[in-house]
Amino acid sequence: MDILAAARGASMRFGALTAVAAADLEVRPGEVIGLLGANGAGKTTLIRLLLGLLRPTGGTVALFGSPPSRATRRRVGYVPQTLGLYAGLTVAENWAFTTAAFRNTGARMPDSITAWKNDLVAGLPLGAQRQVAFAVALSHRPDLLILDEPTSGTGPLGSARLWEGIRQTASQGTGALVTTHNMEEAEQCDRLVVMADGRVIATGTADQIIGGRTVTEVHCDDLNQLFALLDGNGLPVQMHGTALRVGGPADAVAALLTHHGVNGTASVVPADLEEAFVALIATPAVR
Amino acid sequence: MSWGLEDVRVTRGRKVAIAGVAVPVDPSRITVVVGGDGAGKSTCLQALVGLLQPESGIVRRPAKDRIGYVPATAGLYADLTVSENTDFTADAYRMPGAERDRKAAEILGWIGLAGARRRLGGQLSGGMQRKLAVGLALLHSPELLVLDEPTTGVDPVSRAELWQLISRAAAAGTAVAVATTYVNEAVRAASVVLLEAGKVLASGSPDDILRAVPGAVGSALGAVRPTPQSWRRGPSWRVWAASGGLPDGTQPVQPDFEDAVVVAELAHEPGR
Repeated sequence: MDILAAARGASMRFGALTAVAAADLEVRPGEVIGLLGANGAGKTTLIRLLLGLLRPTGGTVALFGSPPSRATRRRVGYVPQTLGLYAGLTVAENWAFTTAAFRNTGARMPDSITAWKNDLVAGLPLGAQRQVAFAVALSHRPDLLILDEPTSGTGPLGSARLWEGIRQTASQGTGALVTTHNMEEAEQCDRLVVMADGRVIATGTADQIIGGRTVTEVHCDDLNQLFALLDGNGLPVQMHGTALRVGGPADAVAALLTHHGVNGTASVVPADLEEAFVALIATPAVR
Repeated sequence: MSWGLEDVRVTRGRKVAIAGVAVPVDPSRITVVVGGDGAGKSTCLQALVGLLQPESGIVRRPAKDRIGYVPATAGLYADLTVSENTDFTADAYRMPGAERDRKAAEILGWIGLAGARRRLGGQLSGGMQRKLAVGLALLHSPELLVLDEPTTGVDPVSRAELWQLISRAAAAGTAVAVATTYVNEAVRAASVVLLEAGKVLASGSPDDILRAVPGAVGSALGAVRPTPQSWRRGPSWRVWAASGGLPDGTQPVQPDFEDAVVVAELAHEPGR
């Protein structure tokens, strides 16, 4: 199968700072890849390498089999976090500008955004602006779509509608690379790539990333008392519905409850993706 | 004493920002206000802390100096050092010297800034700035803590630390109201208010909201949207049948909180 985008041992150093260190990443046709990592992990730098906005200081980067160039850029649709629209132009003017830039002036505006065609982008709600940015990025039928936090700030239904568009595009063979801090969004992806300190520290499906990790769930009538006890003992503890979740081992938590005469039960439960992600980047596996 | 909004209406110019909105905020509990951009979350919180005057309705809040508030876009002085930020905040609340030093040391310890007192606020990472802003709002031990999207754009590690900080305040007796766009943060709360276009779509405990999902929710595969009331969940579809009768080929599923929120939005979509 063709590989749309590939980083192989790609590194990017800025003086003494290594922003990306020997990163490997592949995007294949029809695949939706989620790129996860804390702020400063190197996600944006890696994307800029793939787009050809930066030249790697080590390793290689290829788009559609060749180094990124103006020619490969024509086959990429990119929506930055800031959307990349002209706020002072109408939706129709933004559409005309982008389609002209890609020499694609005949492209028809999709039904999803025609209702706003005469509106200034600046006057639209954020959810609508995201729809417009997404449609504009797709106007030249790219083979690869790169989306930076595509649903940030939109409600769940708005997010689901945007994801319908992303999935629809992927089903026609376009590959997508999506960065996100939202683990619900990450779960929408086919495969995840987790970065920390410039390195790729894990790849796989959400289940593979969770990888059998567990947390301790504690039930107790007085959650606030329990929270104060666990928190006061330096444990990473989080409210979770009518229970608490702790990153520590269950027997240690149970011993703490017994020692302080707290009536509660501690059991081991599977971690969710967010908990697994936090554990993973707090203690990166040695490569 | 319980705080919060009851049947509150706020207009901005000729536009109704929120109408008929209730947001209960009780001591020792966290209330999360969930909604997308423009839903009216900030308006609710600004009415709660007294930054804007509702046209009608009841607002209950403690005296101004018993409130800690962090707006969505600020909450600290970028040009002041960490220490200058805590000193300024302590001065504003007229905190006595010994107490301010003790509280500042405690809070900076919590957020991992004890060794960075001379760094400028603006030089801290985004997640650290949000933690410092919440820490400053906690400095004078408020009765009511109000946080506008403290976790937006914050990575999951900093988000977990922020929530531990927020839960710590609630466990110590503070009434807490938090606005967020992340539906999965509702599990952090005792009470949830789901807001859309200035109206409350659903409210109660996360369990109450789950139990109140009308009709049936199912899962389906396929390239095309099975029904108008369907949405994407990864490679499959979720289907909502208001009547309870799911179409053929749809497997019934126990709705989770994300499903419950989408159903509430679908049920209120214009045209229904």
